[in-house]
Amino acid sequence: MQKIGVFVCHCGTNIAATVDVEAVAEAARHVPGVVYATDYTYMCSQSGQDLIKDAVKKYGLTGVVVCSCSPRMHEKTFRKAVNSIGMNPYMLEIANIREQCSWVHKDKEVGTEKAISLMKAAVAKVELDAPLTAGETPVVKRALVIGGGIAGMQTALDIADAGYDVDIVEKNPTIGGKMAQLDKTFPTLDCSSCIVTPKMVDVGQNDKIHIYSYSEVTDVKGFVGNFKVTIKRKARYVDETKCTGCGLCTEKCPMKKAPNEFNLGLNNRTAIYIPFAQAVPKVATIDPNYCLMLNKGVCGLCSKVCDAHAINYKDTDKEIEVEYGAIVAATGYEIMDVSKYDEYAYAQSPDVVTSLEYERLMNAAGPTGGELLRPSDHKRPKTIVFVQCVGSRECDSTRGGKPYCSKICCMYTAKHAMLTKDHYPDTDIYVFYIDVRTPGKNFDEFYRRAVEQYGVHYIKGAVGKVTPENGKLIVQASDLLMNEQLTINADMVVLAAAIEPSHSARHLATLLTASMDTNDWFTEAHPKLRPVESPTAGVFLSGVCQGPKDIPETVAQAGAAASKVIGLLSKDKLAGNPCVAHSDEMMCTGCSQCADVCPYGAITYVDKEFRMPDRTTKVRRVAEVNPAVCQGCGACTVTCPSGAMDLNGFSNSEIMAEVDALCR
Amino acid sequence: MQMTSDNENWEPKIIAFCCNWCSYSGADLAGTNRLSYPANVKIIRVPCSCRINPMFILRAFQRGADGVILCGCHPGDCHYMTGNYHTRRRMTLLFSMLDFLGIEKERTRVEWVSAAEGQRFVDVMNDFVGQITELGPSRRLEDLRCRTN
Ligand SMILES: Cc1cc2nc3c(=O)[nH]c(=O)nc-3n(C[C@H](O)[C@H](O)[C@H](O)COP(=O)(O)OP(=O)(O)OC[C@H]3O[C@@H](n4cnc5c(N)ncnc54)[C@H](O)[C@@H]3O)c2cc1C
Ligand code: SF4
Ligand code: SF4
Repeated sequence: MQKIGVFVCHCGTNIAATVDVEAVAEAARHVPGVVYATDYTYMCSQSGQDLIKDAVKKYGLTGVVVCSCSPRMHEKTFRKAVNSIGMNPYMLEIANIREQCSWVHKDKEVGTEKAISLMKAAVAKVELDAPLTAGETPVVKRALVIGGGIAGMQTALDIADAGYDVDIVEKNPTIGGKMAQLDKTFPTLDCSSCIVTPKMVDVGQNDKIHIYSYSEVTDVKGFVGNFKVTIKRKARYVDETKCTGCGLCTEKCPMKKAPNEFNLGLNNRTAIYIPFAQAVPKVATIDPNYCLMLNKGVCGLCSKVCDAHAINYKDTDKEIEVEYGAIVAATGYEIMDVSKYDEYAYAQSPDVVTSLEYERLMNAAGPTGGELLRPSDHKRPKTIVFVQCVGSRECDSTRGGKPYCSKICCMYTAKHAMLTKDHYPDTDIYVFYIDVRTPGKNFDEFYRRAVEQYGVHYIKGAVGKVTPENGKLIVQASDLLMNEQLTINADMVVLAAAIEPSHSARHLATLLTASMDTNDWFTEAHPKLRPVESPTAGVFLSGVCQGPKDIPETVAQAGAAASKVIGLLSKDKLAGNPCVAHSDEMMCTGCSQCADVCPYGAITYVDKEFRMPDRTTKVRRVAEVNPAVCQGCGACTVTCPSGAMDLNGFSNSEIMAEVDALCR
Repeated sequence: MQMTSDNENWEPKIIAFCCNWCSYSGADLAGTNRLSYPANVKIIRVPCSCRINPMFILRAFQRGADGVILCGCHPGDCHYMTGNYHTRRRMTLLFSMLDFLGIEKERTRVEWVSAAEGQRFVDVMNDFVGQITELGPSRRLEDLRCRTN
């Protein structure tokens, strides 16, 4: 029989207002097994913890029940406290009398009765608790960063700086992400390429960083400190180790009709291509959808001109398996498809573009060489209408609209307006907005400059319809402040389309067992206190994959994620989770059913020798759980037809005891 | 004392098994947001809904529970990847067995509640408690020797 102490917390008035804490302590004193019970204002405070520790010593307690907030808040705190004076931390259980009692029930009598019942269930569980010790597993001192945008690059550079090896897996042929596609960046209007390409070079030249470009993660096994990741290196048809990036092949390739994704399809590229001049790695890639040699078996020009003999038409996808201690998701975002928004005529007119397309049209390395020419007739637009919040802040999702604010559009639209005015002061610019949101250092000043110095017409209102007519775009809109209908004859319409998570993010989250919110942004372990960790141990979040952000915020978060990774990799060993399954070899029949349901492959079978009652020995196959691999889900325990499997910390008898106590 | 649903003082006893990662957090969130649901719902924390052995449910009925509800992560979101698929299959089987034993199948239920769905947790619980109250006390499996009042 255990000697149990029960400690009831008031949590100020959070618990004490709806639960009679003294009555709970008094009730505890009458529960068999309980030798000491008391209540206190703040159990989690230093003096509260000391009170528990002193009682453990004074009364020789072997088990502790703390009636307090959710175990998700302070189970660790209290377990650490009792452990500091030599009690096994798993001899302590929490009765959640705040989140699941005092905060949900208004009536004090009802709340007190329920709190007593929860306390009794916890006591019943402690009565059956056994000390558990966590095994230790070594930490693989290498990190994986998935996604090579500014977020992934910054995280990788910071981890490498601390002396650890990092690999970047990037699905595109080059790293750089969206930032490489931008022209100038708010709020300083410095050239995006000028700040991002040196970073790309730093990443490419760092001996601690290895880039797997044109690659994807296809499988993740293992757990914090010991992940085993399968990386698919897509067939590039060019040997990365031989290609010098001279670009001769791209000049000679006769197939010039492939849409150029770097310019968002605003112009074409050759079938063998280097995405842009500063690509890292600067290696050519053959697009299998367009290559004549791969599709028709004729051509082979690139192979003939390549002095480095880097072309290999027989290349195939290859999979490699690499071990990592930590994984960072940095998969960024994509621009939402706005073609369902018929009113803006995006699908009908090439002169209706998204903001990112506009970014390319202004960029010196873009399809028009930096001269602002509208796509349909290559004439310079004189009147431009910008529409904000296209697809953002929309409750109706039938057209793919997002309930959230994309956060960056107000600022980049002001940027676009000013840059356009800088180059072509005679352009008339209208911006239709719902609200202008510019919280950020120097952000509101930036927007006001657009209005006050540049004379951009900001109109609060909605665009109802865009009609392409005789080379013009007739924009019908309402001005909500003046309460009037407007018609503007525009040459171009620019849509600030919502941003959405990378389309591969959900699949990746499944592989990583990381959680996502309803919009597919990765969820953080705690929205305030653990913003760069995912709820899955060892998986961290960097950049926009966690939610809309601008570059400064992305870089800050990327650094924070790196510091968490460094903290993890600096440990040589990690304490495992002792709440793992184990099988009773006397009962196990070796039927293999448990291994079939284990999602982690933690169960193997071994032949063991057993002494029989007649003193002979017999060899039998029995299940064995690898405690370092078992994650403690308990699937096997229920599957086992012999009742041989049980789970530490959540054993059959413990759960039954809780059931009994709660039904009493 | 004979307890029937006519008895004014009768309150159903309800056991809610919640997985640690989604539903238990969803229940916590309900509390954090100060939403309310009846106090006779009592939660037992399990790592995953797949840890819930049909034996636990039978045991609850034997000990006098009037309803047992299992909550886990939404299909596809299980922290352990496939746990809730096992739960779904096992419980379908168990429910038909309960039916065979004469326990109304409305007394047991599987619901998916995510960590972000505090309101859903409350709605589910209110609905379930209402349903069990309507069904009245469950006597079929109850072991009268276990009765304490
Ligand atoms: C039109 C426009 C203008 C902008 N202007 C500014 C500005 O002026 N100032 C500013 O501060 N911010 C601006 N932004 C915001 C800025 O683009 C982002 O803050 C920044 O690019 C986020 O970086 P990231 O690395 O998180 O994401 P991304 O740049 O999207 O990078 C993600 C990377 O991950 C890769 N990836 C995705 N999925 C996978 C996968 N499954 N496996 C492997 N790799 C994968 C992608 O290919 C990509 O390389 C602008 C945005 C837009 C749309
Ligand atoms: S509890 Fe069982 S099924 Fe779950 S991970 Fe451990 S061994 Fe595998
Ligand atoms: S299911 Fe049970 S009996 Fe079968 S191998 Fe696993 S532990 Fe042994």
